Amino acid sequence: MSAVFEQIFQVGFLAAIIRIATPLAFATLGEMFSERAGVLNLGIEGIMLLCAMTGFTATSVSGSLWLGVLVAVLTGMLMGALHALFTVVLGLSQHVCGIGVTLFSSGLAYFLYRLIFGQQSVPPSIKGFQTVPIPLLSDIPVLGPAVFNQFTLVYIAILAIPLAAFVLYRTPWGLSVRMVGENPRAADSAGVSVIATRFQAVILGGALMGLAGAFLSMAQFNAFTFGVVSGRGWVAIALVVFGRWDPWRSAGAALLFAFVDALQLRMQASGLGHIPYEAFLMLPFIFTIVAMAVMSRNAVAPSALLKPFRREER
Amino acid sequence: MFRLEARSSTPAWFNLALPLLAIAATLVLCSGLIALAGAGVLESYGVMFTASLGDSYAITETLVRAAPMIFTGLAVAVAFRAKFWNIGAEGQLLAGAVASCFVGAIPMPGPLAMLLMALAGAAAGALVALVPATLRVKFKVDDVVSSLLLNSVIYYALMALIEGPWKDSFSGYPISPPIEDSANFPVLIEGTRLHLGVIVALIAAPLIWFLIVRTTLGFRIRVTGENPEAARYGGIHVERVLLSTALLSGALAGMAGVGEVGGVHFQVMSDISPGYGYSGIVVAMLARLNPLGVVPAAIFLAAVMTGAEAMSRATGVPAFLSDVIQGTALLAMLVALLFTAYRIRRVGATS
Repeated sequence: MSAVFEQIFQVGFLAAIIRIATPLAFATLGEMFSERAGVLNLGIEGIMLLCAMTGFTATSVSGSLWLGVLVAVLTGMLMGALHALFTVVLGLSQHVCGIGVTLFSSGLAYFLYRLIFGQQSVPPSIKGFQTVPIPLLSDIPVLGPAVFNQFTLVYIAILAIPLAAFVLYRTPWGLSVRMVGENPRAADSAGVSVIATRFQAVILGGALMGLAGAFLSMAQFNAFTFGVVSGRGWVAIALVVFGRWDPWRSAGAALLFAFVDALQLRMQASGLGHIPYEAFLMLPFIFTIVAMAVMSRNAVAPSALLKPFRREER
Repeated sequence: MFRLEARSSTPAWFNLALPLLAIAATLVLCSGLIALAGAGVLESYGVMFTASLGDSYAITETLVRAAPMIFTGLAVAVAFRAKFWNIGAEGQLLAGAVASCFVGAIPMPGPLAMLLMALAGAAAGALVALVPATLRVKFKVDDVVSSLLLNSVIYYALMALIEGPWKDSFSGYPISPPIEDSANFPVLIEGTRLHLGVIVALIAAPLIWFLIVRTTLGFRIRVTGENPEAARYGGIHVERVLLSTALLSGALAGMAGVGEVGGVHFQVMSDISPGYGYSGIVVAMLARLNPLGVVPAAIFLAAVMTGAEAMSRATGVPAFLSDVIQGTALLAMLVALLFTAYRIRRVGATS
């Protein structure tokens, strides 16, 4: 009897980790593409919120979940394009623009949500994504029900990690992204369009942030609330650094953070918390700041990060 | 054909013209949202203006709201002058609020309590800002990301305090115990909320302006920001200047928290700052990093915030319009700043 209970506990716990990690993995991969091309996107927090809102609204109106996901992704691409327009084309300072994009997108998300749904005592909800077991794989003990009986978006996230690594390290476009992030001058001499490549990378990043937002409002919470993102964008900024701008390591960092988060939720629920749960939530930020100090000796950050590129300036 | 041409110097009237241009562009862009909400654009902006600046009571409310943004705006302006990218004013504000609330809860004579609250709040903010500055100076860690991430650390620390050992035992909500009544900042005009901290904020702006423009430290801060190599060559200890800038910037942001505790809320709660630290970036950019410009810029944002609530009641346009205006104003100002670096030149077909 206790063995059965233990197994349910384990499966539930593992499944929770996967679900917490999924939006973080999307967001982290998105931020990583942007930063590898040399563009820090601090707009991520607001972009995720706006995408969660537009995706939720589209689904709420049309009844189609996948249309909602599409709208969220398009919203993310649009906001990515906005950030790229300012930072890549106009060469404005990336950190200030990013804060501007976050303030603008979150303001717009609040405004439009209130305009469309009004002020209701019970926030409207949708019938969100349901879990889809994968035949055979979901029969594997413990791991099967935890990993292979999930939302489709979770499977997409799992596939997105090797895909991101492949695109970044094995395709000509990925090479261009890495070049414009490390040495835009050399990339330009080699005939790579720095502006175009960075633009594309930031937009791809925005699309992934859109998936992160869509997951939050359409699979995890099935509603849009003003706190639906609540700092997950900033967590992604930390995880990219912690994961050393690498798709595998960044996704690993997301999984590690999800483990800590799931643990803290479980401790809170069981009332065992002698340690305040906030201490766990602080950890990724503290670890990242420490990691930045430790890593600074071997300079793993993209060299051209935060530096705008202007062809005529030598 | 038009092309952008580098510009070596900018005329002085740009300092006034660019923010006004950015604000005008913002109001025009956001009028689309008002129209979308089915309300009259001029009517809505009219209500916003009257409710925030139309009578003396409204003006005091706007000033109360502006005070924390004057402080965070000064904090960001000082830091950005030295190119110390302090995105952490939000966390420094929270640290200042917590420290001043701790001190304010200790029974002691009112004036002494207020003085010690200010000192504790400023010191707490300064210490928080010292972290990213030290990491940058000692380990070459990027200050944008480290100062931003510290905001989350401070926020969770605050939550742990007010949900745990520091929770007010008389309240069901996660809030800190209130400060002593004697430590409440005096209200300057009967029947309003205009408290002592607002005046301190208004005085701080010219003081910081004097410090930046007329003192040796201010000179060092400016040279370090404009050309660190030249600064070093000229015998300026750049690292030390960055650390001093961080202390000053953090102390100013901490003071924003002091004012909110001593003059507005009298205790600490999780939403004591609706993002005043980030608004400080908007304020500082609109002010073109000029401490004197911080005051009107902060009053503008405060007026939008107070006015938006009245506008919402009168016209039904969601009050969140003020958040959109804030973000749009920052982006518009950044674009307007391009005119300081470039001018648009007409290029003839023959050339």
